Amino acid sequence: MKKRLRLALLLLPTLALAGDKLDSGDTAWMMMSSALVLLMTPAGLALFYGGMTRSKNVLNTYAMVFMAFMVAFVAWIVAGYSIAFGTASSPAVQTVIGGFSNMFLNGISWKDLSGTYPTYVFVVFQGTFAAITVAIASGAVIERIKFSTWLVFVAIWTIVVYAPITHMVWGGDGALLFDAGTLDFAGGTVVHMNGGLAGLVLAVLVGKRKGYPTTAMKPMSVMLTALGGALLWFGWFGFNGGSAFGANSVAGLAYLTTTLAPAAAAITWVLIEYIIYKKATLLGGVSGLVAGLVAITPAAGFVDVSGALIVGIVGSIIGFFGVAVLKKKLGYDDSLDAFGIHFLAGLWGALATGFLAVNDQDLLWDGPLKATGDRMGQFMVQVESVVVVGLFTLIGTVIVYFIASALTGGGRIDEESEQIGLDEVTHGEKVMNL
Amino acid sequence: MKRIEAIIKPFKLEDVKDALAEIGIEGMTVSEVKGYGRQKGHSELYRGAEYVVDFLPKIKMEMIVDGSDVEKVTAAIVEAARTGKIGDGKIFVSDIEQIIRIRTGETDTEAI
Repeated sequence: MKKRLRLALLLLPTLALAGDKLDSGDTAWMMMSSALVLLMTPAGLALFYGGMTRSKNVLNTYAMVFMAFMVAFVAWIVAGYSIAFGTASSPAVQTVIGGFSNMFLNGISWKDLSGTYPTYVFVVFQGTFAAITVAIASGAVIERIKFSTWLVFVAIWTIVVYAPITHMVWGGDGALLFDAGTLDFAGGTVVHMNGGLAGLVLAVLVGKRKGYPTTAMKPMSVMLTALGGALLWFGWFGFNGGSAFGANSVAGLAYLTTTLAPAAAAITWVLIEYIIYKKATLLGGVSGLVAGLVAITPAAGFVDVSGALIVGIVGSIIGFFGVAVLKKKLGYDDSLDAFGIHFLAGLWGALATGFLAVNDQDLLWDGPLKATGDRMGQFMVQVESVVVVGLFTLIGTVIVYFIASALTGGGRIDEESEQIGLDEVTHGEKVMNL
Repeated sequence: MKRIEAIIKPFKLEDVKDALAEIGIEGMTVSEVKGYGRQKGHSELYRGAEYVVDFLPKIKMEMIVDGSDVEKVTAAIVEAARTGKIGDGKIFVSDIEQIIRIRTGETDTEAI
């Protein structure tokens, strides 16, 4: 009960009790973590996605990710943070959202603390999460979604879909999935399942690229993608490490799992490619890496070495299946595999946490496993969380897309523009002038 | 005056250039082209999506020579560019009507 209360205090930033003092180690770490996670969007993800795009659309892909951060973060301050981490006065409302009393960070002072570091830092940290979640979805609709529609979608989705989901999982006492005892260390459900499924929804609503799947659509530069992947990994130390909310041993555990699982995942993907295609590609190595990173995200501070290896290896296999088999079978154009990798590996990680989390009272946040050692019960809580998040994202994304599309006169670019390329048509720029 | 156009495998460029230099041909125009004849393409693999690429990169060399030099030039190119495997390329010889050196205004054979 004490642990739960402490966690609730971390997540209810309007309270700064006399007992909580600013710890400079924790503060420095959370500030650095925020910077690391920021790096993941306009550098890591942008390069990761950009490199896989056809050269006539590379800048557009990059811009979608880059500007998604800008718009999402502002939306976060306007209302996202309040909805996610505020406390609604009515318990019924608090189940789903945290209310609007902290819009524009109203009621939060620069001196307030969330645990042992400034609340403002917590706001930034969580805001970088909001930004990368929505940016993930862009990969599914590259080369054909209208730029204006995308930006409007980002603004609304952050507030209407991301923030409530964040609240339900991490929002403190009274929040639906938080109360149920969901274990999601850094966002397997909140970030990866969420962003990945939103991507699939968009891919289906906006439609396939012209010529898909028979026309060759080759990545401009696998090297840029690999660089992006490496930057994502670097930033992920802040993503998972910072989700310990302090410079402490739990962060140390997250560091270990966040290095080990992705490494095993990358090896797995490369091996699978070699076995099936006789060629192990660099793109495969990077894809495996990301699948492993995604899979370990909900489990990073809950599993041990064996758990990390299992999460990484199986996460990679599942990601590979999603990319090489499922996509072809079902025929949707999830161009950069937002669903194939982020959703599926995130789903696996979220469920795997249920049966791989170590039964350690100092690691577990809450839930049946911690309370009574009920592992099956914990697994069912994880299932509940993925179902609730999945449904909320699915329905919410459909609604938000239709609104964004209506506000911008249609979400898809015209055929001629698609043929010419968005860098020229939308941005008037060329990625390279040699 | 004849134009000799040779399509060769890219890695043979230096060998052919050296062979031509040895017989006194010091000038040419080289471009990177794509094409295919009987040589099969290659395939590229991106996340399980296999692309068969029919067009192969080649080098096109163009040079203008005196009619009397055609035989020794083509022989030199063939010897230097041949690997014996499919895709070695082809040489095309055609007539040139007029040549003008821009700097000096020299024409025809003096401009070779």
